[in-house]
Amino acid sequence: MVSIAVPVLSVVAALGLWELISQTGVISQRDLPAMSTTVQALWEMVQTGTFWKALGETVRGWAIGLGLAAALAVPIGVALGSSDFAASAFRVPIEFLRPIPSAALIPLLFLTLGTTLKSEIFLATFGAFWPLLVQTMYGVRDIDPVAVDTARSFQLTRNERLFRVTVPSALPYIMTGVRISSTVALILAFTAELFMGTPGLGQRLNYVETFGLNDQIYALALATGFLGVAIHFAVSAVERRVLRWHPSQRKTSTT
Amino acid sequence: MSPRVYRTLKIGAEITVPFLMLLAWWLYTVQRDDPKFPRPTTIVAEVRNRFFFAEFDLHVVPSLERIGLGFAIAVGLGVAIGIPLGLSRIGRSAAMPHIEYWRAIPPPALLPISIILLHSIGNTQKVSFIAFFCIFPVLLNTIDGVRAIEPTLIDTARSFRIPAHERIRRIVFPAALPQIFAGMRTSLALAVIMMVLSEYFASTSGVGYVLLISKNTFQFLPMWAAIVLIGVLGYLLNALFLLVERHVLAWHRGWRAATPR
Repeated sequence: MVSIAVPVLSVVAALGLWELISQTGVISQRDLPAMSTTVQALWEMVQTGTFWKALGETVRGWAIGLGLAAALAVPIGVALGSSDFAASAFRVPIEFLRPIPSAALIPLLFLTLGTTLKSEIFLATFGAFWPLLVQTMYGVRDIDPVAVDTARSFQLTRNERLFRVTVPSALPYIMTGVRISSTVALILAFTAELFMGTPGLGQRLNYVETFGLNDQIYALALATGFLGVAIHFAVSAVERRVLRWHPSQRKTSTT
Repeated sequence: MSPRVYRTLKIGAEITVPFLMLLAWWLYTVQRDDPKFPRPTTIVAEVRNRFFFAEFDLHVVPSLERIGLGFAIAVGLGVAIGIPLGLSRIGRSAAMPHIEYWRAIPPPALLPISIILLHSIGNTQKVSFIAFFCIFPVLLNTIDGVRAIEPTLIDTARSFRIPAHERIRRIVFPAALPQIFAGMRTSLALAVIMMVLSEYFASTSGVGYVLLISKNTFQFLPMWAAIVLIGVLGYLLNALFLLVERHVLAWHRGWRAATPR
């Protein structure tokens, strides 16, 4: 009872407070459009095709970026994780490249690849690659040696060992990486649209900002937040589904 | 192969591979000879001349100031909100929907709003923006750290009638400190990213502003220099933080378990 009522009440209270602050003029309606005005603007927005097209474009950038990052990071992570030698050879480059904020690459991409889907996908992939790579490496390194030895004494081939022992054992780590990278990919897809003008929700925001349409700025930010929450829940659900068999899902469900 | 030879080879590879990669980059830029891709040596010289001498006060100091202030505010608020939330189940369930929402929103979506609400494109807006998004790692880690405290500790303190504020100061806060530090480390990396984002949108100074202005004027050299500087800055801040962490948490027997690696 409490577990449902309290969060609902808390959200209602926050929305009410928002309405009150704006209606009473503590913050002027121009700077902070009332909750009802913003929801109204959002409602009008979701009835237009432009909005759904932009939403689809942002989701496309996120999905391709995350997919490419996974396709690159998981094999490389497995390779680096299973070889101590390779891991130390590439340790320094990884440590130096990983912390570079992908957002800093935006102007460079703007002037080299231009305002294209390619730029957006490059950015999302670059950002999403690192968490996945590091998680995969940790996962592979954390495999129970007994499992590997058992597989060996049963004379499983290299390929069989890879797909029946290594990858399943590392999967919880990889899925954590996917969850982190998914957030990063969405942020970067949106950032690319806002700053470079590739089509999508970010570009819409830039557009309404230019015209000073404040209630639409708030409505778009609200919608972007909902998209973030939706993607977060979707990826968490996939994670639970993929790892259904794993003991970690029995004890706690990670949020 | 004897273990010794293997170890030597491994260290050799650890040194050679980064060197070879740098060399490949240099050779590529020499061969291409394209102003879009300046040589690494030229970039390093530009970083030194521009950011460490000519424009240090103009662009580097404001950026560092914003990171520092934003990070400090985020840590203060994150801990101050996180401790009560960690102790109260009702508080947590009331706060969680808000935390989940604001954590999931792509930060740049709030850049225009931050400018409208705060009537500022200066430090007020930049620092608030950085602080707002850096709160979450600290906040969530503080909540987790407080929740993970052994109940015996708190019960013991209770039975000795230690007042609540003393309990928090002497037991809850120190026990959660390793986790708080883990959150702070994530926040610090985030602060650098937020600094770049906030300065890339309506600004007049800072490293992010150099990125913006060099894009608008098609100057590739300062742009590359700014990218390298931001990477080095992130690396150095992280190294500095690990150093501080080691000192502050030296007394804590559990801190090895709580920090990754």
